[in-house]
Amino acid sequence: MAVELYRIDDRLIHGQVVVGWGQPLDIGFIVLVDDEVAGSDWEQELYRMGVPPGMDVYFATVQEAAAAHARYAADPRHGIVLTGDIETMCRLAAAVPSIRAVNLGGIHHRPGRTQRLRYVFLSPAEERALRDLAARGLAVSAQDVPAARPVPLADVLAGRGDA
Amino acid sequence: MSSSAPGEDAPGESGASPGGEGADPPRALVAGHGDFAQGIISAVSQIGGRVGAFVGMSNAGMGAAEITDAMRSHLDESGIGVIFTDLPAGSMTIAARRLLRERPGLVVVTGANLATLLDFAFHAHLAPSAAAQHAAEKGRASLTVAGGQGAAGGEGAGGG
Repeated sequence: MAVELYRIDDRLIHGQVVVGWGQPLDIGFIVLVDDEVAGSDWEQELYRMGVPPGMDVYFATVQEAAAAHARYAADPRHGIVLTGDIETMCRLAAAVPSIRAVNLGGIHHRPGRTQRLRYVFLSPAEERALRDLAARGLAVSAQDVPAARPVPLADVLAGRGDA
Repeated sequence: MSSSAPGEDAPGESGASPGGEGADPPRALVAGHGDFAQGIISAVSQIGGRVGAFVGMSNAGMGAAEITDAMRSHLDESGIGVIFTDLPAGSMTIAARRLLRERPGLVVVTGANLATLLDFAFHAHLAPSAAAQHAAEKGRASLTVAGGQGAAGGEGAGGG
């Protein structure tokens, strides 16, 4: 399986992704799934500048990512599929049944959200969406960096997870 | 000013004490992960006593939009025209590059280290963009590798 991580992170491409996960997993490509970024050359250039030489970044809408997923999965390199919010990952997971695990990497404070972990804040609708993912058999856990302990969704929602 | 997310590490400005006698208005924003800004500004102060040249901010607890908003607030409030960031691929750098689009005169230096900031602090007589360019060259030149020739596998040999 070439895609090592399906991650929700509102910072999208940043240090934790490129370095924190990218180095230990020997990541060769990132798929940034975001309808807005996929439609903006300027946004793409911005994120492309954050990726080191030797690592490719592909920009895709949810529809494009779902259509190309088999190609990502067959890629001999290790990859990360990244979305900036829960709703986008839910749409992708609904279109790609082979996605079996989702990583909550960084969902920060915003009005209407409640803190669940140091780096995870969720609205009631987002909590329902994550419960729905889990009910469909996906393993949902929070883990900002590889050295951290993965926190299962039940513990995230209960606010148990930050030591 | 940057907002503080509840229960998280305090984001926002750090380490920009007035600097005591002869303090200058801040000329640059230092933006980094964790306590990077606070720590490196403290180091500049210890070595050069010019801490007032810098305002620091951390990205702790902030999403991408919040980081950009906080950075924009710092620039608006202080008139700062230079941003130093720690990691070229980091969220601070992404935010700073966003602001470049709004402010063509802004200067962004990525990968800042202590030598970079010290050089910038000691070139207050230069225009901010020229001082930033000079500081970046100083910081780049400060990275050297010594020793290691006897290590297994020969890594580091010829590293200069």
